[in-house]
Amino acid sequence: MKEMIAVVDYGMGNLRSVAKALEHVAPDAEVRVTSVPADLAKAARVVVPGQGAMPDCMRELDSRGLREAVIHAAASKPFLGICVGLQMLFGLAEEGNTHGLGILSGRVPRFPSGMTAPDGSLLKVPHMGWNEVRQTNAHALWQGLPDDTRFYFVHSYYVAPDQAYLGAGLTSYGIDFASAVVRDNIFAVQFHPEKSADAGLRLLQNFTRWKP
Amino acid sequence: MLAKRIIPCLDVNAGRVVKGVNFVELRDAGDPVEIAQRYDAQGADEITFLDITASSDDRDLILHIIEACAAKVFIPLTVGGGVRKVEDVRRLLNAGADKVSMNTAAVTNPQLVADASAKVGSQCIVVAIDAKQTVPGKWEVFTHGGRKSAGLDAVDWARQVQALGAGEILLTSMDRDGTKSGFDIPLTRAIADAVSIPVIASGGVGTLEHLAAGVTEGRADAVLAASIFHFGEYSVREAKEYLRSKGIEVRL
Repeated sequence: MKEMIAVVDYGMGNLRSVAKALEHVAPDAEVRVTSVPADLAKAARVVVPGQGAMPDCMRELDSRGLREAVIHAAASKPFLGICVGLQMLFGLAEEGNTHGLGILSGRVPRFPSGMTAPDGSLLKVPHMGWNEVRQTNAHALWQGLPDDTRFYFVHSYYVAPDQAYLGAGLTSYGIDFASAVVRDNIFAVQFHPEKSADAGLRLLQNFTRWKP
Repeated sequence: MLAKRIIPCLDVNAGRVVKGVNFVELRDAGDPVEIAQRYDAQGADEITFLDITASSDDRDLILHIIEACAAKVFIPLTVGGGVRKVEDVRRLLNAGADKVSMNTAAVTNPQLVADASAKVGSQCIVVAIDAKQTVPGKWEVFTHGGRKSAGLDAVDWARQVQALGAGEILLTSMDRDGTKSGFDIPLTRAIADAVSIPVIASGGVGTLEHLAAGVTEGRADAVLAASIFHFGEYSVREAKEYLRSKGIEVRL
């Protein structure tokens, strides 16, 4: 039987791209874009994408009754969070003071305004474009990806985990922030692997083969 | 460090990429998906499609192109042209676009920028500003493909669209567009310094030096070009190698 990878659809973000990228790297898997909680229970792997504002994302997740299923998946099977899918794993977000899922402990602050680059120019928010990810520890999902590989980011908020050991990748943009976070079966990234060309596809392929 | 982006722009008419000089003598330049794949392979950081389809019968073709492209090209895709309603934005995003650009509709109905941004997030909303110099240091906004003055100061309008919820500005100098004489640097710098969202410089690129000047002197976060890539003068990779040789951070 084909392994099923569930891409959680809660009405936020570009799910087609995530699904297409997964199909591209895992032609033998069934990639199912779904908002049905039972599909998350059945899936071998779960991907939670997400874009936009966290308050909206949490509201949409709850309105589809997906909160418990996502929490359960994050506790039990290979789980990939992308962008807001990373941020919602944490507790409090500044954005609208929304409570996330509280699976990991930490804050989700906004980039401070008025940050400047070494040349004195203003660092724009959202942080948009290709930035380097420094791998802070070896991990199956970094396989084949050199340190400081560039991935595509677009976000105004970032995660600040309470525990340093959660970090898997760091990126500098005015400050150093956690661009990849890992705990047990959870790997979550602030960047968009589905939009990060070959590097992103490699990370997604690593995820589809990951045995945590 | 965050890399400066190079964005090839494809003009799409009734489902085909067209190229021409100063919008005259449009010629068929090929299949949009194939061309997008080629730029992706060359290392393009994003791709922008500008839908210039005049006939409303053919307007849905762009959706199919974006769908096909999003299945094969895994870098950000921006689509502009003919966006008038929040529903247009949603349809393009659902087809696989990452960002949607609006120009005339933003001027005639600024609430559209606010509504679209509230609905899909500011990171998906690009406002395109076509600007023409009136006196040195002053630029006026034009709409309808540069044919109609909007009676707005470009710097004021840039600040306003940021406040409305735009996540990025695509800035085109009407004076320089098609001239190959380089970006309007004072314009680019004025807008880039006036807003805290990223600015893409466009209009006038004829050489690789022009691209470098856009980011160093103009302080643009990204540079957009069409003809220097379409006509095969330079590949995206050559452009990036040049920028790197000038000490500019790029993804290579």
